[in-house]
Amino acid sequence: MSSLKTPAPPGASDRRSRPAPRHSPARRRQLNRLDLRFTPYVFVLPFFVLFAIFGVYPIVYTFWIAMTDRSPMNTTISFVGLDNFVELFTNDPQFWNAVVNTFGMFALSTIPQLIIALLLANALNRRIRGQMFFRLAIAMPIITSTAVVALIFSMIYARDFGLVNWLLDLVGLGPIDWRANRFASWFAIATMVDWRWVGYNALIYLAAMQSINKDVYEAAALDGASQRRQFWSITIPQLRPTIIFTLIISTIGGLQLFTEPLMFTSGSGALSGGTEGQFQTITMYLLDVMNQRFRWGYAGAVALVLFLLIASVSFLNYLLARRISSDK
Amino acid sequence: MSVTSRRRFAAIALASVAVLASATACGDDSSSGSDGGKVTLVVDVFGDQGFGYEDLYKQYQTEHPNVTIQERGKGLGLGDYNTRLTQQITAGAGAGDVVALEEGTIVQFFAQADKFVNLADHGANDLKGNFLPWKWEGGLTPDGKVLGLGTDVGGMAVCYRSDLFKAAGLPTDREQVGALWPTWDAFIEQGKKFAAADTKHKFVDSATNFYNIVLMQTAGAGSGYTYFDKSNKLVVGENPDVQSAFQQTTKMISAGLSNNLRSFSNEWNAGFKNGSFATIGCPAWMTGVIKGQAGDAATGKWDVAKAPGGAGNWGGSWLAVPKSSKHQKEAAELAKYLTSAKSQTEAFKKVGNLPSSPQALNDPAVLAATNEYFSGAPIGKIFAAGATELKPVYLGPKNQAVRDAVENALRSIEQGKAADAAWQDAVKNGQAAGK
Repeated sequence: MSSLKTPAPPGASDRRSRPAPRHSPARRRQLNRLDLRFTPYVFVLPFFVLFAIFGVYPIVYTFWIAMTDRSPMNTTISFVGLDNFVELFTNDPQFWNAVVNTFGMFALSTIPQLIIALLLANALNRRIRGQMFFRLAIAMPIITSTAVVALIFSMIYARDFGLVNWLLDLVGLGPIDWRANRFASWFAIATMVDWRWVGYNALIYLAAMQSINKDVYEAAALDGASQRRQFWSITIPQLRPTIIFTLIISTIGGLQLFTEPLMFTSGSGALSGGTEGQFQTITMYLLDVMNQRFRWGYAGAVALVLFLLIASVSFLNYLLARRISSDK
Repeated sequence: MSVTSRRRFAAIALASVAVLASATACGDDSSSGSDGGKVTLVVDVFGDQGFGYEDLYKQYQTEHPNVTIQERGKGLGLGDYNTRLTQQITAGAGAGDVVALEEGTIVQFFAQADKFVNLADHGANDLKGNFLPWKWEGGLTPDGKVLGLGTDVGGMAVCYRSDLFKAAGLPTDREQVGALWPTWDAFIEQGKKFAAADTKHKFVDSATNFYNIVLMQTAGAGSGYTYFDKSNKLVVGENPDVQSAFQQTTKMISAGLSNNLRSFSNEWNAGFKNGSFATIGCPAWMTGVIKGQAGDAATGKWDVAKAPGGAGNWGGSWLAVPKSSKHQKEAAELAKYLTSAKSQTEAFKKVGNLPSSPQALNDPAVLAATNEYFSGAPIGKIFAAGATELKPVYLGPKNQAVRDAVENALRSIEQGKAADAAWQDAVKNGQAAGK
C-alpha cells in the first residue's frame, strides 16, 4: 500500500483511534483505487495458491529428491548428486525395457487412432442420414471410466474364457496368450486406448473442419478437384493447428500410459506388466520402484527422465506436424 | 459493477482463499481425537475378511466406557494397505493408533522403529509367554525393542477337492490323502496319476502358491531366511533353499500339473468357481479365501490334509502402535487386549486365523474346531500341528519386490520359457528389485 502515490487523506493518521466518517469522498476515492489495483489479483489468487501447493512444490521437490537416496528404509537422507541418473542411464535394463514398451504402445495406438479419427471426422462432416446419432455415438466412449474399459477389455482378451480367443478358435486359429506375447499384449492395450480416444479426437477434428470456409471447397470443386484432392489439399492444411494439438495431447497421454496396462493383469504382481515386463510402461516402473522397492530418490529420477522424454517427443511432433503440408 | 458489490466480491474471494488455506492446513485428521476424557482409537487392518475383531471391540468398549474404537481397512488388499501405511509412517501422520503389520512387511518397518512405540515400555515383556517363541522374536527389532505383538500365524496344509480325487481314483479320506505325499516328490507323483486319470482338471492351481509353500517350508528347515540373510544382504542367487524350491516347482510345472492361474486374478477366482484344479497350498488364512471364492455351491467338496514335507508357516501378522498416535498408552492396552490368548481364540472362531499363542492353540475351542465347509475337517488340529516347534523364517525388508521378480520367472515357465533361462531371470531381476 505504501506504493500508492495518492496523498494521505486528512485524518488518516488517527484512523485507528477515531472512526472515520464512512463515506468521506477522499477515503472513498482511495478505496476505489485500492480496489482497482488489487482486486484482480485476489480473484486469480486461489488458482495460484493451489498451483503453488500442488504444482510447483512437487516439481521442485522431485528435483531435490532425485539427487538423494531418500527411502523409508533409510533413517538418514544423503545427497548422492547424479548417481541415480547415472544408474538409470547405464545400468537399468528394466527401465529401458519400459521405455521401449511405452513408445511401442504409443506408436501402435496413436498413429491408427489419429488416422481413424481424421477419416471418421471427414465422413461425419458430410451430409449423411442420422448425422446427430453418429456424432453422439463416437463420443460415447469418452464418458466411460478408463478402469471399466480396461476391465472389460481384459475379459475380452482373457486367455481361457476370452471372447477374442473364442472367435479365433471358431475360425480355426489357435488361441493366443495375450499377456505372454509382447506384441500381442501391445496390440490388445492399443485397442483399449483407441476405443476410448478415437471419438474424442474425431470430435475435435470435426469441429475444426466445420470452421473451414465452404467457399474454398466450392472453388476447388469448380476447378474440378476430386473429393480426395480436396481432403489432402484443403482439409489437412487447414487442420494443421488442430492436428498439432491432438498430437501433443496424445503424446502426453500415450507416454504416461498406466491404467490400461496395469488393469490388463488381474491379480497379484500387476505392476510388473507381464511375467517378463512385456507391457510394463514407464509409469508402472516408476510406481514399482517407489512402492515395492522403496527407492524414492530413484523414482524421482525416473519421473524427471519421463518428463524430459515427453517434452522432447512433443517438440519432435510439433516440428513434424509443422512440416505436414506447410508448403502446399 | 458498483463499488460496493465489487467490494463484496473481493470479500468473498478472500474468504474462499482463507477456507481453502485452512482446509489444506488441517488435512486428514483421522488418527484420533479426544473429547472430554473420551478417547477414540483407530485400528488399521487389511484383507477381505479383516481380522475378526468386531465382537472384541464391543466387549472392550463395555469394559472401558471412555474408549471408542473405529476400524479401517477391511476389504483392502495387503499391497495397497502397506503402501498407504508406509507413507503414513514416514510422514508421521494419518496412521491408526493400532496398526497391523504382516509377516512379509514388518521387517521393512524395523528401519523406522523410532516411529513406533516400544511396547516394552507398556509392560509387553511380561506377556512373552503368551506367544510362540518364534512369533515373539519376529516382533522384536534387531536391537530388542518390542515393535509388534503377534496376532496369528499361517500354519501350512494342503486343501484338496475330494470329489475330483474320487473321480480320479485317489483316496478321499484326509488321513489317507496326507499319507499319499510324505514328500513333495511324492506329491508330484500323485499329481501325475491324477493327470493320467483326469485330463479335464489340473492338479495344482498355480506355480507360485506351490512355490511359496515349498520355499517357506524349506527355508524353515534350512537356512532360516529366504531372499535376504539376517544381515539384510540380498542372497536370492546364493541361498540354496530358494534354488531348491524353484527347482521343485519347475518339476511340478514340467509334469504338466499347473493350471497356470495367477493368484488373486479373475481367472484364479473363476478356477475356484469352476473347480478347475484339485489342490492348493493352504495356510490357515487360505481356507477363508477358498470359501469366499468357491462359494456355497462347493460346500463339502473341499477337504484339508497335512502338507508334504512336514510343518511350515506362511503368513501371519503383528499389531503395533505408531508414535503418531495421540493416545499411545490406551492404544498399547488395546493392542495387548487384542493379542491375548482369549482374543486370538475369538478371532480364530470368527475368520479362521490360526492363533500365535500356545495357550490359545491348546484351547479346546481351537483344538476341537471343525469346519463344515471343508467336509468337517478338524482344522484347528491340522493347522496347529507343528506350529509350536516351528523355526522362524526371516523375510528381508524388500521381500515383496524380490518375491514378485521370482514369481514372474516361474510364471514365464508356465508360459513356455525354458527353466534354466527363467532361473537366470529370477536371479537377475531379483537382484535389481532388492537393490
